[in-house]
Amino acid sequence: MTDIWSGLQAAFWLLVTFDRDLVEITLRSLQVSLSALVIASVIALPLGTWLAIRRFRFRRAVIAVLNALMGLPPVVVGLIVYLLLSRSGPFGVLGLLFTPTAMIIAQVIIITPLIASITHQAMRELWAEYHDLLISLNTSNWQRIKTLIFDGRRALLTASLAGFGRAIGEVGAIMIVGGNIDHATRVLTTAIALETGKGDFALALGLGFVLIGLALVVNFGIHVLSRTEREGRW
Amino acid sequence: MVENMAARLQDVVVQRRGKTILGPVDHDMAPNGCTIVIGPNGAGKTTLLKTLHGVERLSRGQVDWGVPEHVARQQQAYVFQSPIMLRRSVRQNLIFPLSLAGMGKAEANDRVTHWATKIGLAKMLDQPAPRLSGGEKQKLALARALIRDPAVLFLDEPCANLDGRSIREIESLLVDVQRSGTRIIMTTHDLGQARRLASDVLFLLRGQINDHGPAQTFFAAPSSPEAVAFLNGDIVE
Repeated sequence: MTDIWSGLQAAFWLLVTFDRDLVEITLRSLQVSLSALVIASVIALPLGTWLAIRRFRFRRAVIAVLNALMGLPPVVVGLIVYLLLSRSGPFGVLGLLFTPTAMIIAQVIIITPLIASITHQAMRELWAEYHDLLISLNTSNWQRIKTLIFDGRRALLTASLAGFGRAIGEVGAIMIVGGNIDHATRVLTTAIALETGKGDFALALGLGFVLIGLALVVNFGIHVLSRTEREGRW
Repeated sequence: MVENMAARLQDVVVQRRGKTILGPVDHDMAPNGCTIVIGPNGAGKTTLLKTLHGVERLSRGQVDWGVPEHVARQQQAYVFQSPIMLRRSVRQNLIFPLSLAGMGKAEANDRVTHWATKIGLAKMLDQPAPRLSGGEKQKLALARALIRDPAVLFLDEPCANLDGRSIREIESLLVDVQRSGTRIIMTTHDLGQARRLASDVLFLLRGQINDHGPAQTFFAAPSSPEAVAFLNGDIVE
């Protein structure tokens, strides 16, 4: 209990003093996770929608694999990305290991199946509703995907926010590919892991509360900007 | 609009899971007027409409509109028994088919205003379409189908579950569009409506055309005993 109280005090103190390190790693956390979210959404939203409207051989198998990939262990993803980006790996020449870009790549791999799978579920229902109309209007596949994404945007927002939640709280993969280097690749989660390892539980908890607050602010902000509740009645 | 689109069905068969839903059907549809398709539940009325519209996969045969299939589809519109509303405003629902056709914004807005006024929804343009009443939704679906000025309009029991006033408004709209040259092919269970609107009638039974002819002839003296029984209100299966 004392640790939690100390953590709250530490979080409060870090926030009111605008601690430079805290601001830096918070901004880096946001940069990495939001970049990963944007890239993953660009891939996953059309992919999930396409899977909802297209019938092809092995479709069920593809969906099953996608669902299975939602549980992809981040540490394993981190290890694979590490091997691919390390000097002896196929992409070693790019020099991306231990950079925020490597962390973004790992997070994209982790959250893309999650967003695509939730998108597929939501779009499948909307497609059942719109199917006859869009077919009768002689729409192309791309027009169908665009229509479903536009009209299902609130469900897709939820899918994206789920992806953001996973990305911002992820530690295993980005620790491996980022290396938790101070002023370079340290983010909130890796900082928490480091402080916990050092035994500074108050600071670790403080950073944890900041992380929770950050996730809540981003979620709330996106909901407000997209007017989810106001137009949700549609 | 392509004038006088006549359809020829040649040996058309639709099967699902080994069961024949429609056919074999060989029939030449008249190039204009209002064809009413009647028959008991499960006779294949909706399947026939979808077949003519080209959205039903044929097991055999072909439907020939005299123009390439994609041209025929662009000239057709379909109104479903349960109106499908996009989760958008009334205005956006009306604009949707126009934007798919690549129509300019100004012309599209003019058409939207025209049709919204015509169906009495001008004051509800910014309302969410899914929240309209059943009659309003069906009128909106009809306007959305007609806004692209189709040569052929398919209607699958458009007045099912509607009250008398809504039925009268929709029928009045259908008479107007038919006068303006749109070919109407419609299913209904309402024999009164069939008598009011039909220029010719197709009577479907067990997936096949059991009887057909000009409306006056058909209603005065149907040639098949099943059609006689159906018109007399007997149960025909």
